[in-house]
Amino acid sequence: MTEFLNYLISGISLGSVYAIIALGYTMVYGIAKMLNFAHGDVIMVGGYVSFCAVFYLDLPGWLATILAIIVCTVLGVVIEGLAYKPLRQAGTLAVLITAIGVSYFLQNAAQLIWGTSTKSYASVMPGNLSLGGVTIPYISILTIAACLIIMVVLTQFINRSKLGKAMRACSEDKGAAQLMGIHVNRTISMTFAIGSALAAIAGVLLCSSYTTLNPTTGSMPGIKAFTAAVFGGIGSIPGAFLGGILLGVIESMAKAYLSSALANSIVFAVLIIVLLVRPAGLLGKYVPEKV
Amino acid sequence: MKNLLKKKTTRTDFLTYLGVIVVFVIMFALQQGDMLKNSTQGMLVPVCCFVVMAVSLNLTVGILGELSLGHAGFMSVGAFSGIIAAMSLEQTIPSDLARLIIAIVVGAICAAIAGFIVGVPVLRLQGDYLAIVTLAFGEIIKELINCLIVGYDENGLHVMFNLSGKLSVENLNMTENGVAIIKGAQGAVGVDKLATFPMGFVLVMLCLVIVLNLVRSRTGRAILSIRDNRIAAESVGINVTKYRLMAFVISAAMAGSAGALFGLNYSTLSSTRFDFNTSILVLVYVVLGGLGNIWGSIIAAVVLYVLPEALREFNDYRMLAYAVVLILVMLATNNERFKAAPSRVIPKRRKGAAVNG
Repeated sequence: MTEFLNYLISGISLGSVYAIIALGYTMVYGIAKMLNFAHGDVIMVGGYVSFCAVFYLDLPGWLATILAIIVCTVLGVVIEGLAYKPLRQAGTLAVLITAIGVSYFLQNAAQLIWGTSTKSYASVMPGNLSLGGVTIPYISILTIAACLIIMVVLTQFINRSKLGKAMRACSEDKGAAQLMGIHVNRTISMTFAIGSALAAIAGVLLCSSYTTLNPTTGSMPGIKAFTAAVFGGIGSIPGAFLGGILLGVIESMAKAYLSSALANSIVFAVLIIVLLVRPAGLLGKYVPEKV
Repeated sequence: MKNLLKKKTTRTDFLTYLGVIVVFVIMFALQQGDMLKNSTQGMLVPVCCFVVMAVSLNLTVGILGELSLGHAGFMSVGAFSGIIAAMSLEQTIPSDLARLIIAIVVGAICAAIAGFIVGVPVLRLQGDYLAIVTLAFGEIIKELINCLIVGYDENGLHVMFNLSGKLSVENLNMTENGVAIIKGAQGAVGVDKLATFPMGFVLVMLCLVIVLNLVRSRTGRAILSIRDNRIAAESVGINVTKYRLMAFVISAAMAGSAGALFGLNYSTLSSTRFDFNTSILVLVYVVLGGLGNIWGSIIAAVVLYVLPEALREFNDYRMLAYAVVLILVMLATNNERFKAAPSRVIPKRRKGAAVNG
């Protein structure tokens, strides 16, 4: 039982990281209708920035996180402005390949700056909490709490604020939104900024739980978070949250009880089955094509 | 013949064949004359494999119009089944060429079966959902092969799945003459390097003939119509599922044959060689070459495969340069302002063309 609880908690904690990344993915997809493959690499950049802040500048963990958020937000807006904005009218494949180009660029730039060797990352919140045989690392509690807070704040922001309303309008119909006086380009840039800030937080939390960091750290969690976003219904914020948590728990349980070598396969198999039964994901709205 | 060449499509097709043949003859002559550098020599077969991969992915992405992010999975299936076939027939069939052909055929068949298994569920979906599911299948295939342990002795093939991660070749209980073919995470080891450049050329030509004839046939037109407007195609009585599946399976089979050739070009091969990045690499060839444009895919595959090798002297910066080139090319070919730039420099030519047209 204790063992099960331990795995469950580590699963929820991992799932919370996926959920935070997936929220960024889903927002960008919802508004720009593009698969941003560079999102995972922004996570990696966030990890490296916080690593350098702690390691070289001796800053406390929270300050390092804030620094990472600022750098990644700026990075996200710059990437969007330079690489994606000129392709607003182009086909989805062109944007996809550009995103892949950006992803290669970030990975190789990181390799040049920080080297290929794996860095050991000091957790921003070390220590464990013992609760009747169940040990919970503080970082897991922090991760889960951060995920919940982000989720609530983001939902309120999207539903209540003016910018949130603009985002919803843009994701529904860009042309009509523009006619209503919404600055579409600025709204999309803001979405990228928020998504990248979330990626930075996810980067710090991810590296703190795994304590390793290298230039490809972000790619697999990026792909899995994307899977989580699709799993929950891409474009839906509660869907991304639910998808992330479920994916994390499934992965953790599969690793513990089925096969560690096939854990990723099991996650992807579940995704395939869900998509076959519900083609728009768990919480996604299925829109039949009109003729 | 003259009438035949009047059609523009036929002319393009013949020029494509001709171009491939000419390049092959030149490269083959240089190879025979020992005038190639070792690094170039080593690239001949992989280039052929990636040309076939690009052509086959173009069938899925460009002609069928569905984004596939797991094409390397089929290549992987082809590679490992081809290796198993070639190595287990070592005693029975001594001829290298015969074994190579058998390996390629086996690779193609196995990948076609995998393509069918993947295609039936995947093709129910559309757009980005389809893309993510192909990605998922690619990763699943990679991990499954990573767990595979295969050996061969007088009693036949021994196959085992290393689910716990604790098993090894010893657990296959082979006789003393047994040969380990695939050792789990280590991948295939001690493979005979059967692949030859002429075989690569034959494979490229074969795939070209298949794809170009398919596209110009009734079936091809049906597939193209599904890409352009699925609902309209359905309404004129085209069996959408059948044609989509057909194109997908053919594409997978060709990827499998390329994989078999690729696998037999190296003495060791691990399944992680065929990961998501390989799928993306091939996708980049297809998109940069032009969707649905076969000769474009061939040129893009050759240039983009050779380019990173040629940039080796820049060492650490070469992949960075590759990324920048990739982004710039996408911007240049897809952005209106970039596209309009040449006409601003030479405005008269454009005007003249418009008047004549």
